[in-house]
Amino acid sequence: MPKIKLAENTIQLIKDICAKFDNNEGELINVLHQVQGKLGYLPAEVQEVIASELNTSVAKVYGVVTFYSFFTMLPQGENPISICMGTACYVRGAEQVLSELKRQLNVEVGQTTPDGKFSLSSLRCVGACGLAPVVMVGEKVYGRVSPTQVKEIIAEYREGCDTPESKSA
Amino acid sequence: MADFKMHVLICGGTGCKASLSEAIKTSFNSTIESCELEDDVQVIMTGCFGFCEKGPIIKILPDNTFYVHVKPEDAEEIVKEHLVKGRPVERLLYKDPKSEENIPTSKGMDFYKKQIRIALRNCGFIDPEQIEEYIARDGYMALGKCISGMTPVDVIDEIKKSGLRGRGGGGFPTGLKWEITHKSQAGQKYVVCNADEGDPGAFMDRSILEGDPHSVLEAMAICGYCIGADTGLIYIRAEYPLAIERLKVAINQAREYGLLGENILGSGFNFDIELRYGAGAFVCGEETALIHSMEGLRGEPTFKPPFPSESGYLGKPTNVNNVETFANIPVILNKGADWFSSIGTENSKGTKVFALAGKINNVGLIEVPMGTTLREVVYDIGGGIKDGKEFKSVQTGGPSGGCLTKDFLDTPIDYDNLVAAGSMMGSGGMIVMDEDDCMVSIAKFYLEFTLEESCGKCTPCRIGNKRLYEILDSITEGKGKEEDIERLKMLSNVIKDTSLCGLGQSSPNPVLSTIHNFEDEYKAHVVDGKCPSGQCKALLQYVIEEDKCTGCTLCFRNCPVGAITGERRAPHFIDQSLCIKCGVCYEKCKFDAIELV
Repeated sequence: MPKIKLAENTIQLIKDICAKFDNNEGELINVLHQVQGKLGYLPAEVQEVIASELNTSVAKVYGVVTFYSFFTMLPQGENPISICMGTACYVRGAEQVLSELKRQLNVEVGQTTPDGKFSLSSLRCVGACGLAPVVMVGEKVYGRVSPTQVKEIIAEYREGCDTPESKSA
Repeated sequence: MADFKMHVLICGGTGCKASLSEAIKTSFNSTIESCELEDDVQVIMTGCFGFCEKGPIIKILPDNTFYVHVKPEDAEEIVKEHLVKGRPVERLLYKDPKSEENIPTSKGMDFYKKQIRIALRNCGFIDPEQIEEYIARDGYMALGKCISGMTPVDVIDEIKKSGLRGRGGGGFPTGLKWEITHKSQAGQKYVVCNADEGDPGAFMDRSILEGDPHSVLEAMAICGYCIGADTGLIYIRAEYPLAIERLKVAINQAREYGLLGENILGSGFNFDIELRYGAGAFVCGEETALIHSMEGLRGEPTFKPPFPSESGYLGKPTNVNNVETFANIPVILNKGADWFSSIGTENSKGTKVFALAGKINNVGLIEVPMGTTLREVVYDIGGGIKDGKEFKSVQTGGPSGGCLTKDFLDTPIDYDNLVAAGSMMGSGGMIVMDEDDCMVSIAKFYLEFTLEESCGKCTPCRIGNKRLYEILDSITEGKGKEEDIERLKMLSNVIKDTSLCGLGQSSPNPVLSTIHNFEDEYKAHVVDGKCPSGQCKALLQYVIEEDKCTGCTLCFRNCPVGAITGERRAPHFIDQSLCIKCGVCYEKCKFDAIELV
């Protein structure tokens, strides 16, 4: 992956977040949550800044980032699509919905479409088991999704975005 | 809730919120305003009512009318008919599937009849964002009673006497855990609430936090008083934004009321609570892993002893309990240990909350006394299997548990019976499966989960589970051999015996329990090359029955790979070497001439 040059204000933002937690190494996970909340993802360059601010090694930061599934080192699509793969959704056909999502978007789980519009991820139990199987696009929850509905759901967002093609950062 | 004549309670649980309960609230408020009823009727967003299958649900007080599948546009009719004229809207009432009669209140519904609500006592009754409503239902009374008139040892004895066991899965006696932490000598101690609910298909803890956050805060303060801690930490999944929001509101309100913070109720006892966020790692449900995660480290478990009660968060004695365990505490202290221990079985007291889901008619959150049978849960509360299919299995205990067959339907549910039956209580996920579910695929599903969630520290768990998964995968792909069943058993036992933490030790349980209870199904895959439930595509064949085929050519024209041949008006034929088993022909055939064998 090519190296990214972080903008000055991005670096300042990361430093501010670290300072808010007193640059305390024990607050690493809270720092990562806030930084990802602002930047959307945690590329290696961001982790380097965090490591030096918290006075710890990049290896440790990287170890934590890759350990937890909530943290991502890849930029997410404009419309993050997540499918619930909890057991309740699984027995009600989530796997078929997932294969249809993969087919329609032509990406695997954890990837973003080349135009940056959609990213696909799977998560475990949204807690809406009564609506199984469940698909989320951003914050919006779609319940009782059948493979045939996948195309419609994606179309809703394809038409909606007329922003210029975003390049992956 | 005294100032208003009527209340509209709207379920604000995650499931109902996803079905637009927020829009329903707006719609109610605007209709109420246009009818000039705003001084008489109050609209409240509550926690989960439990009956998720029928959501969004709303309840009207004082008459307790229970409306199901409500849409925002129904608000007008409910306000104008029910609130103004006192006539319930019949079409939105729950219809009993057997008698076909409308049932206006929850008391009359089979779903609620066998439930006893202790941990969920306030869910769906109060506005979780108003501390006054919690206080009105005896909230913070137990805390007051403890710090003003009981010694820590008195309180611990009462909890011990109640027989309460940890609801997170292990079932360790709660009073004993408190006592051990109480006896640990240290200046600083911590109370930790484990709200890292990671079991796929389980949402008990989240519903309690969303519906009744104060019950957990109160119990943590009581625990702090007993063990001698002034700080409580709630470790909660970052994926639960609504629960986090409600906890923050609750903590602030409790501080304003002097129920958290310094010198609580003038007693000199100090206790405050902070939130810590998880980041999506199932293994962090294990207490040592959870503590490492709170310290900003990778959530890897470490060897016990030392137990957290001796050396936990930052090396200090730490008492870790799960959300549901805490939610029971205030009630036990208010109503007494004798009352609590009168409910349940000999060694499992009280109730258990289950998230009932899968192929069942009434998906939802239920709380039943220990000792209730699976049959009562599946058929009476759950309303039986969806679409009239045959019951096959219930999975309890999530990825660490096992599958129970219909032979266990009359087994009373408690900690010990479930373990004896080859499963476990777990945190409370209960997934019902029917004849269409392939048990080998289910075992593979859980293994896939464990593989992703194994922290990688112990080789048997990291690599052994990978090998288990590969064997299961080859069986579902039709490449299994008969000796694979023995290999699965042997490897499973090695993993169980040699892993450090609960995750590794229990990860082969779904495999072992499905082999034990459904060995025929495994054999059908590896010996006969068949998947009896028709789930494993590689083991299926689509064939055309000659006597039913009219030669309409519809299948021939739709087959994407040209695997079907035949003359018009003559029986067609599928070339199995070309067929990709997409099932298009099966769906298209109008004469039921295509069979899956």
